[in-house]
Amino acid sequence: MSGLPATKQAAAPVYLTASRARWRQFRLQWHVLSRNTLQKIAIVYIALLVLVAITAPYIAPHPESIKGTASAEEVLKAPSWHHLFGTDEFGRDIFSRVLYGARISLVASVITVFLSVTIGCIVGVVAAGMRGIIDDIIMRICDIFLSFPMIVLAIVIAAFWGSGLRNAVIALAITGWPFYARLIRGSAVSVRERPYVKAAHSIGASQRSVIFRHILPGSIGPVLTMASLDLGSIVLMLAAMSFLGVGAQPPLPEWGLMINQSRTYFLSAWWYMAFPGIAISLTVLAFNLLGDGLNEVLSPRTRGRA
Amino acid sequence: MATNDHLRIRDLSVGFKTFQHFEPVLDVWELHIEHGEAYGLVGESGAGKTVLALAILGLLRQPPARVTAAELTLEGEPLLAKSARELRELRGRRISMIFQDPMSALDPAFNVGNQLTEVIHQREGLDKSEAGARALELMRLVELPDPEMMLNKYPHQLSGGQRQRVIIALALACGAQLLIADEPTRNLDVTVQASVLKTIYKLRQELGVSLLFIANNLSLVSTMCDRVGILSKGRIVETGLVRDVVRTPLHPYTLDLLHAVPRREERLGDENQKVFAEVDSTISRCGHYARCDARGPACEGQDVLPLTFVSATHGVACPQVTASLAVYPAAASPTEAREELPTTPAGTGGGD
Repeated sequence: MSGLPATKQAAAPVYLTASRARWRQFRLQWHVLSRNTLQKIAIVYIALLVLVAITAPYIAPHPESIKGTASAEEVLKAPSWHHLFGTDEFGRDIFSRVLYGARISLVASVITVFLSVTIGCIVGVVAAGMRGIIDDIIMRICDIFLSFPMIVLAIVIAAFWGSGLRNAVIALAITGWPFYARLIRGSAVSVRERPYVKAAHSIGASQRSVIFRHILPGSIGPVLTMASLDLGSIVLMLAAMSFLGVGAQPPLPEWGLMINQSRTYFLSAWWYMAFPGIAISLTVLAFNLLGDGLNEVLSPRTRGRA
Repeated sequence: MATNDHLRIRDLSVGFKTFQHFEPVLDVWELHIEHGEAYGLVGESGAGKTVLALAILGLLRQPPARVTAAELTLEGEPLLAKSARELRELRGRRISMIFQDPMSALDPAFNVGNQLTEVIHQREGLDKSEAGARALELMRLVELPDPEMMLNKYPHQLSGGQRQRVIIALALACGAQLLIADEPTRNLDVTVQASVLKTIYKLRQELGVSLLFIANNLSLVSTMCDRVGILSKGRIVETGLVRDVVRTPLHPYTLDLLHAVPRREERLGDENQKVFAEVDSTISRCGHYARCDARGPACEGQDVLPLTFVSATHGVACPQVTASLAVYPAAASPTEAREELPTTPAGTGGGD
């Protein structure tokens, strides 16, 4: 009899706390993500890019180049130890400008994606939650947006409001949201039929709280995956818009804009075009690889295989 | 109108519009639940039990569905006349529903405490800490072990019985006095089922809530409820006090249901499985016709199958059975029997 309390004590359950379980899950996901060498490289590259974006003004060897200070004797110098990526037509250090360009590209594309996802999620989940005529109207508006090629629509909007990085971001967000709206509506339609949604109605929850508290969290998964996949293409889109003149304006060291300005000197100064171009390509590639990896981690089909 | 009725239903019919035609699924002639009473609704899958519950709550979407009723009142207030907003106010505060599948009736994205406090916070206007205290109180009320700990758990961390208790707590959170329990013990094993039922029974005693208890097992209902209605193919085929219906079942379908309850002294397989002859079920309006042991010429061509009362409360809708029974009151027509109905032994007041 006296042994009973002792046994009870010994068998005290070790709780797998929520944070511990989350950490375990995260480790598993990291394992899936990082077993592919290419994806590992992509992650390291993006981590570096973020670091560079944060510290650009401090680590750039010629911080004055960012603002666009001209120096007549340094014009269009080939790459050397002093100027790793050479200099441009105003004698500015291209290496410093490419580093700073990472900050512009990253921040602008993250904001763009964030805006599109926010608008898209709200609109899409409301469409699914309200059903009927409201759903139909919203989805037809999405169809109208989707029927235009994305970049053309973005250029029209940006040109209409005047060129500039901020307008380019808003224009891309406006053209991008219908994709997310469609996607989240798709999954929200299945979530809205789940018993817990009906149960919420049965205890008198309002339509708004059912939509945003129950349907939205249940259906946002695929959208987050798609957003991570989209970051790469948004970087490219922003560069393209700057290249076409409706995005960032000089003297901002935006990669697309730098390529645009380098066209005149392409034959005499290859480095001017090459390095911003390489930066764009690598960044887009890295984001796509990361997106593929995240897709693999998050999709139920492959999640268990670790 | 009987003032003591918590819920009254007369001539409720529900149907769904399909692409081709209008499909009637439910036709409830009379159903009432008194204050504090437990009414059991028994029937097989697809009989329309859940549809009835959703119709009462006004949760059927009304282009595909069509709900009509001569009377559908909660404490004397007609429910069908209410706007969507009024109905929403009513749900949770005055009627609440416990859903049949505890595995999926909780939102997996939030922990239990979050879901409970949110409901209390929004509906009752209590601030977060008061709502938290109330949530804890509810968790104790539904006899969840270690309630403080439970509040921080997510639905997937709970067992089926625990989840069902949380769902009951959610249903009670805003003080509903009429609880519709739609097969609350469906996916639970027998011991858990028993303890959850005990909890529901205890809540009835303590809070005095009325209960519409839906199940497909007559033995569950007979332990939980005062009166019972047998639902078959969208119609109530027999109704009465549990004691009467279980001891002297009249409708062949009720008999089938009673035979389906396993007994200790019987072994499965001792009795030969019923073999049904191929019959044309369209010749009778009775949903049970094709599987009925007692069918006969009286069943054919019946347009309506009214409940015929053999006592003040015990009614049956089977022409074959009523033909051989002394009807209460003697040879009452269906309409007269209906007038008679509100006069229950409890001595509640007159007709409409």
